[in-house]
Amino acid sequence: MTAKSLFEKVWDRHVVVPETPDTPAILYIDLHLVHEVTSPQAFDVLRARGLPVRRLDRTLATMDHSTPTDRAQIFGGAPIKLESAAKQVRQLEVNCAEFGVNLLGLRDERRGIVHIIGPEQGATQPGKTIVCGDSHTSTHGAFGALAFGIGTTEVGYVLATQCLLQRKPRTFAVDVRGRLPAGVTAKDLVLAIIGQTGVNGGTGHVIEYRGPAIEALSMDERMTVCNMSIEGGARAGMVAPDATTYAYLKGRPCAPAGADWDAAVVDWDTLRSDPGAVFDKQVHIDAATIEPMITFGTNPGMVTTIGGAVPERPGDAVFAKALAYMGLQPGERMAEKPVQVVFIGSCTNARLSDLEAAAKVLRGRKVASGVRALVVPGSQQIKREAEQLGLAQVFIDAGAEWRESGCSMCLGMNGDLVDAGQYCISTSNRNFEGRQGIGARTLLASPASAAAAAVRGRVTDPREFLG
Amino acid sequence: MNPITVIRSKTVVMPSSNIDTDQIIPARFLTTTVRDGLGKSLFADWRYDQDGRPRPDFVLNEPAAQGCQVLVAGRNIGCGSSREHAPWALLDYGFRAVISTEIADIFRSNSLKNGLLPVVVDEATHGWLLAHPGAEVEIDLAATALRLPDGRAVQFPIEAFSRYCLMNGIDELGYLLGQVAAIERYETARGAR
Repeated sequence: MTAKSLFEKVWDRHVVVPETPDTPAILYIDLHLVHEVTSPQAFDVLRARGLPVRRLDRTLATMDHSTPTDRAQIFGGAPIKLESAAKQVRQLEVNCAEFGVNLLGLRDERRGIVHIIGPEQGATQPGKTIVCGDSHTSTHGAFGALAFGIGTTEVGYVLATQCLLQRKPRTFAVDVRGRLPAGVTAKDLVLAIIGQTGVNGGTGHVIEYRGPAIEALSMDERMTVCNMSIEGGARAGMVAPDATTYAYLKGRPCAPAGADWDAAVVDWDTLRSDPGAVFDKQVHIDAATIEPMITFGTNPGMVTTIGGAVPERPGDAVFAKALAYMGLQPGERMAEKPVQVVFIGSCTNARLSDLEAAAKVLRGRKVASGVRALVVPGSQQIKREAEQLGLAQVFIDAGAEWRESGCSMCLGMNGDLVDAGQYCISTSNRNFEGRQGIGARTLLASPASAAAAAVRGRVTDPREFLG
Repeated sequence: MNPITVIRSKTVVMPSSNIDTDQIIPARFLTTTVRDGLGKSLFADWRYDQDGRPRPDFVLNEPAAQGCQVLVAGRNIGCGSSREHAPWALLDYGFRAVISTEIADIFRSNSLKNGLLPVVVDEATHGWLLAHPGAEVEIDLAATALRLPDGRAVQFPIEAFSRYCLMNGIDELGYLLGQVAAIERYETARGAR
């Protein structure tokens, strides 16, 4: 038998009808996650055609994108301030009630960012195919699932048929050797990978992250890496399931239990890429050489070390335009650049370990004067855990805002915005023009780096706060 | 969806590489629950100033761009968010095709499902198109060919089934619904867990 990769094994298991030159494969979807922004038009299609949701047991909805993070608007009876967002939230409630979809709604204690609650509930499992109308669905690949973002039309296809039409993508091995140095995080690793492979390096491919440095990562860290696969152009990124994966999943509400659990682990153990599996593309990264990273431009590939400087690319008009937007000069050092806003949150970096890393820096310290720091946990469960562990109090004592969960300032749909011209060091995933508000200037970095910048009011190497 | 056979139009050129879907349609316009009406917000932050007035230096605000149905963009257009609002906005504005050397995966998929034709061309053809804004081009879907004003025809790749659907103005959902028997067999074979 030919050696197969993790991706090929998961793909093969889900082929309902194989592809031909004339038709794509019909691929079965095990888990469909739904949120308020990319689903209303899909439910309308079902309604117009008189179709039900085919598999309610494989469909899970929540609200996160345009949902407020202000306590009063969720629990205090205050109306959702943005009228269009309120309408969208209500529409999801109406659609889920009408079609019978399980909704972790506005006041549900299991609500949160869609890519955080899937794993948290144990719904995300090795070997599954998982889709959602959101490009950061790649996050779930951390469990050895094939998970990718789809558009609203495809949301409708999956609601109606539990299937998608897909051509088989190519494979891309990102092999990370060595170990990350102390004070260097999974966020720094994935930013360094994108810096090397480019924002289009993964187009048409599914990435498998492998090697000792990946195996050493926790599930939270693997999710951070897989989350940003799409920023490198790949719809999906995967990590082979192992003991770390199983330890995370065991006992979670949707995870198998008892004999089913034992059988599942035996099966999941067969998913890892066979020795000799061939990838269409491969890169090698040495983790030991990676340092804390920060973006300087308007896409995640425009990245350097926090100790580094903005590169010089004379004659590159697009590069010059990006720097003009960012208010940065070629050759300018990133360290000591003043920031006005700090955002700790998003599906990339709002899990408990991310909040712990930020709290470690902020404990007993204050957010610098003139800096607004916003800490938005990834889910209501993480919020409760952070409160029980005293992390929330660390943030509040430091002068940061402690919010309800949601996507928040990652994309500013819910009114959590950065003002024009302000620099925001952000633990999110995209530094596109206007992403966090019109004219906002985003510097992507790790939670530790964001917390360090909050304390100093300037871009700072977080290792200064270690030990 | 109307069938696509041939698109003839002058081009609008936006040479920037990596034009992401946040630029095509900023997130604040995504709180809509319908598909229509996004054209006025297409490229909103490049197209209008802070008071909502058209920026005269932006290409879509130039008189020559009016009525153009073909957008020639720099490498890797459509990267980033999976928002289908991006092709919806381009179509609502009046574009029917996007040409580049590389088109991001999710955006390409979303475009095909809405009748916005993604046309990937080689560097040389792309270079010529970037250098000749307003060129009258013809995109022939039956022949999978882009014809330049000098008569040259450049082949472009397009997934066979998507092409069939576009040419016949049908969507893929009907085809998938026709495969229910196969889907049921698959579910039964897997134990329908």
